[in-house]
Amino acid sequence: MAEKRVVVKLRSGLLARPAALFVQEANRFSCEIFVEKDGKSVNAKSIMGIMSLAIAHGQEVVIKADGSDAEQAVSRLAEMIAKDE
Amino acid sequence: MSTERSVSVRELMEGLNLTLFTPDADLERPITTVDINRPGLALAGYLRYHAADRIQLLGRSELSFLRGMDAREQALRLFAFCSYEQTPCVVVARGETPPDALFREAAMRRLPILGSHMVTTRAAAILSSFLEERLAPETLVHGVLVDVYGIGILITGSSGIGKSETALELIKRGHRLVADDAVVIRQVSDDTLVGSPPPLLQYLLEIRGLGVLNAMTLFGAGAVRTHKKVVMVVHLEAWQEDMAYDRLGIDEETIRILDLDLPLLTIPVRPGRNLAVIIEVAAMNHRLKRIGFNAAQTFSEQLARAIRDEASGTDTPGV
Repeated sequence: MAEKRVVVKLRSGLLARPAALFVQEANRFSCEIFVEKDGKSVNAKSIMGIMSLAIAHGQEVVIKADGSDAEQAVSRLAEMIAKDE
Repeated sequence: MSTERSVSVRELMEGLNLTLFTPDADLERPITTVDINRPGLALAGYLRYHAADRIQLLGRSELSFLRGMDAREQALRLFAFCSYEQTPCVVVARGETPPDALFREAAMRRLPILGSHMVTTRAAAILSSFLEERLAPETLVHGVLVDVYGIGILITGSSGIGKSETALELIKRGHRLVADDAVVIRQVSDDTLVGSPPPLLQYLLEIRGLGVLNAMTLFGAGAVRTHKKVVMVVHLEAWQEDMAYDRLGIDEETIRILDLDLPLLTIPVRPGRNLAVIIEVAAMNHRLKRIGFNAAQTFSEQLARAIRDEASGTDTPGV
């Protein structure tokens, strides 16, 4: 079980394209991954789920993963949304 | 995943169109309980069991009781009544204006005082139904909610198993989509769960290879619903050779969502199995069971009778 709290640095937040990239990346891992915002937790491998959170720049989310590659998944996904671009 | 919920006094005021007597009050006070208090006894001075954390509803009897007091006593009682920090707000019914002493005491504590034109019991009913809806326990579930022959079915299963494709096939067969991929489920009463899409995802469906589709513009208003009572769960999972699947349907499995156990069917997925048809039949079978006809149960009873008759050496029954 890996878990990381991240502040989203992506300038425009998780818009449709970045969200799709995020989900694509999540799907490379075999572990179960969840993204939590304001107490709502969604499956990180689901584009609709991620978009339903409407994650904006500056907001804090928690990425949680459970499985064999949980550590890598969490650090990779956290890195994606913590990028300042 | 469910969270303790609250509604702010501002949301209550805006949601129910209540008038605000105290513009400087703290409208962010949280309301956490659906119960309403008529504070007659508290105003009479009995505060031991005063339910201060509830909305305080003043009707004609409370107001006339207050007006009947002398100014000093009135101030004293209202001082005590307004002193609870946990009181979210006071609502005055029937379009009445409460005594000035209440405004003075409330202003000191920044306690909001709202007004409603409804008669008191009606106001109480409307306040509690609004709160019940807003404060209902809620959870977000990964799955697809469809209405099949009027039965709300939540389809769950891991990513890529074919939940959305099954929903698409069901829509094509004339059933309705409620939510794809993320379903907000709220427990609106002891025995009812209601599912709806997160606001951003209403009518949307994602199909790998096609992307995000709008089911309402594609298939028409008859193909979608905004919310639906969730009655059963169909869990899709990859077919495993060593796994024992239900062959009879006599025993009902259940799954717990919030505080309710829903019937659960686990359907193994394998190329060539038409999941939409299986789910349609599951819905119809569920309706039959509710009407009182359980095919598996009836069959099992007939079999038991046949075996019993065989054993006692009588003629073969049912010929």
